[in-house]
Amino acid sequence: MQPTETLHPILGKLGLDSLPLHEPILLATFAGTAVAGLALLALITKYRLWGTLWRDWFTSIDHKKIGIMYIVLGLVMLLRGFADALMMRLQQAISFGDNMGYLPPHHYDQVFTAHGVIMIFFVAMPLITGFMNYVVPLQIGARDVAFPFLNNFSFWMTVGGAALTMISLFVGEYAKTGWLAYPPLSGLAYSPDVGVDYYIWSLQVAGVGTTLSGINLIATIVKMRAPGMSLMRMPVFTWTSLCSNVLIVASFPVLTAALALLTLDRYAGTHFFTNELGGNAMMYVNLIWIWGHPEVYILVLPAFGIFSEVVATFSGKRLFGYASMVYATVVITILSYLVWLHHFFTMGSGASVNSFFGIATMIISIPTGAKVFNWLFTMYRGRIRYEPPMLWAVGFMVTFVLGGMTGVMLAVPAADFVLHNSLFLIAHFHNVIIGGVLFGLLAGVNFWFPKAFGYKLDPFWGKCSFWFWQIGFFFAFMPLYVLGLMGVTRRMSHFDDATLQPYFVVAAFGAVLIALGIASFLVQLVVSFRNRERLRDVSGDPWNGRTLEWSTSSPPPGYNFAFTPVAHDNDAWWDMKQRGHVRPTGGFLPIHMPKNTAAGVVLAGLATVFGFAMIWHMWIVAVASFAALLVSAIAHTFNYNRDYHIPADEVTRTEDARTQALSTHV
Amino acid sequence: MSDISTPTLAGGAPAAPDPHFYDARGEHHPENGTLLGFWLYLMSDCLIFACLFATYGVLGRSYAGGPTGMELFDLPLVAVNTTALLLSSITYGFAMIAMQSGKKGAVLAWLAVTGLFGATFIGIELYEFAHLIHEGAGPQRSGFLSSFFALVGTHGLHVTFGLVWLVTLMLQVGKLGLTAANQRRLFCLSMFWHFLDVVWIGVFTFVYLMGVLP
Repeated sequence: MQPTETLHPILGKLGLDSLPLHEPILLATFAGTAVAGLALLALITKYRLWGTLWRDWFTSIDHKKIGIMYIVLGLVMLLRGFADALMMRLQQAISFGDNMGYLPPHHYDQVFTAHGVIMIFFVAMPLITGFMNYVVPLQIGARDVAFPFLNNFSFWMTVGGAALTMISLFVGEYAKTGWLAYPPLSGLAYSPDVGVDYYIWSLQVAGVGTTLSGINLIATIVKMRAPGMSLMRMPVFTWTSLCSNVLIVASFPVLTAALALLTLDRYAGTHFFTNELGGNAMMYVNLIWIWGHPEVYILVLPAFGIFSEVVATFSGKRLFGYASMVYATVVITILSYLVWLHHFFTMGSGASVNSFFGIATMIISIPTGAKVFNWLFTMYRGRIRYEPPMLWAVGFMVTFVLGGMTGVMLAVPAADFVLHNSLFLIAHFHNVIIGGVLFGLLAGVNFWFPKAFGYKLDPFWGKCSFWFWQIGFFFAFMPLYVLGLMGVTRRMSHFDDATLQPYFVVAAFGAVLIALGIASFLVQLVVSFRNRERLRDVSGDPWNGRTLEWSTSSPPPGYNFAFTPVAHDNDAWWDMKQRGHVRPTGGFLPIHMPKNTAAGVVLAGLATVFGFAMIWHMWIVAVASFAALLVSAIAHTFNYNRDYHIPADEVTRTEDARTQALSTHV
Repeated sequence: MSDISTPTLAGGAPAAPDPHFYDARGEHHPENGTLLGFWLYLMSDCLIFACLFATYGVLGRSYAGGPTGMELFDLPLVAVNTTALLLSSITYGFAMIAMQSGKKGAVLAWLAVTGLFGATFIGIELYEFAHLIHEGAGPQRSGFLSSFFALVGTHGLHVTFGLVWLVTLMLQVGKLGLTAANQRRLFCLSMFWHFLDVVWIGVFTFVYLMGVLP
């Protein structure tokens, strides 16, 4: 499609030829998705769940429900992103010599782009944000976040971005540029199709949500802590969340700006990153990594926080070196801004610049190493329980240290000139993202699931999932380290050298093991749901926890805490238990809470329509949806009636029910 | 879990919350986070401007054989423009002083003056842009002009958005008066408006004044 082509007045560039009718793989996927989607809709209709979904979930401003919805979004997108991974592993395992594999290059390029974008933006980010949303207010003894409506809006913007990415599978195509869409390849001259536009608008829509949720959580942590909870008494997960959100607020605007300039190049014919008339493509690469490097710490810091909670809880000990853990987190936060250039040492900035960024990168391993030792010393002489969350934590320590060390290797500029864009790099960052972020998230799911739903996850299937993931990871990525050292570059859909094939076959085998790990996790969810009565936890504190989220019931009531707790220790709940506190059963007061609202769904929906219209150059629709967005936003500000009081009677009823449950079950 | 406190069994006297562990009388009210949140938003917006300034810093002399800043910029016009925006900040300040003394009418009047100065600024900027494009110095001409239009245009869009917000807020103050919620909103818009002024001082200095240097 050429930009000079005349546009349909309403549909813009969209036409029948935009549908992948000649691509059997996509048609089959579409048929499968459509059948599954219709089945889901039919089930929701059959069990009359639409009202509940709308009233209790979609329009909810309860941070716990929004957190759960974020996590569901992340898990659904994990399946999509992992399907892409399997497709790539299969292609690379068979595409040697005369065999061209089953994916044509233009399709393969979209698959690796979508895999990267989905895994970072629509799997890791929603999962991390979901945990921060769910856990942070509970850990600091708050009843909600600082801006509950904004929280709901942020979630739906993230959904909007994910939806645009998913639509690209069946309407038009996705970017063929790699997950960061470097120009000039992503410019109009080399990517005239809508793929890059899908990329841009899905990230812009989701990025608004991410930035706002970052602001929201910082304000929550700074302003809404329980009395007595000074900064140095905050649980470590809350600390890492605070630092992660500081990073979000300080880096996502850079992504927004970089993508906006790329948008101008593509839509308005400007020359920021083009090859002619004064453009400078390396400007984009610098900007995108000024966001991109902090991004990896946005993901991994909360995972470190999860491990800190898990290790202390399952070792039955106070976390070793709390203060050093906090300082290490803050130092990593600061240093993460001073290392972006290590992603392109080969740009040729000169020895001095490369040395600075190389050394700064290596220095990050010092606070990170301090954290690993803190976890090990916490376990030392602890009474360790190898429940699934703890397994993930131990697996993380082994795997992540390995990935950290290959990272230090890549930080040496001279070595990086050899390893740049090789499979060694791919192995390295999967090593730290899977071994660090993903293991942390799965530890978190196993750890906090009983808090969210009132029953534990089945440990047998949890252990299966862990071992498949752990072993599968090593099978899938160790061969890539070797291949990378031999000079094999990333993003290849075909190889001529047949001696490389065994390594790719082993890697594909590893991917199958990981698939079994994901399947075990899904089985774990189903089995646990079916056995929920046997796995039920009435106490609200199934792991003998240490922080305030375990002091309330599971699942917590809408108001979280009938009385705001007072913290006297950084393991506030542990301290309360040690000193024989008594759960209050009377004297309840009315509780002030925010009201649900549909504004978030409406505004994010309009923003998504606007994004879709911009992708397809449907100018009329774009102007209309933007105007509607503006008018709805202004109309929303005329609603001053946003909160209400839960009457004391209702609090008493809820708390009496819990008293009853505790007395009959314990 | 042995060390969980045993709950009071049904029938016993309900246990009142222990003030050592609980805010028993509901005296703890979390602070309102709106102003902090808005500061954080402004700082994130500031980073967008930082990126645009950096882009201008890199591309600002990439003329690609086209016109330079020295040839294009009309400093007297920009001086008028700048004056309008700086005055609008002062008049917004007067609106805030009127708000502190609870004078609704004066608040609305000063907001209207602020809006007029803001509209003047936008009007002159649009005239300048139209003039440049008419002369063949549009954003497509060179890296310099792309980064110029992006930086100045983004600032202009912010002022335009501020004007929409200002009008909305005037309606809300007119309808509901200087309630606590409206005072908070006036504070937020105040920060936004002054922030744009500060950014403009950067634009004026780095783009226009330094742009006319050889």
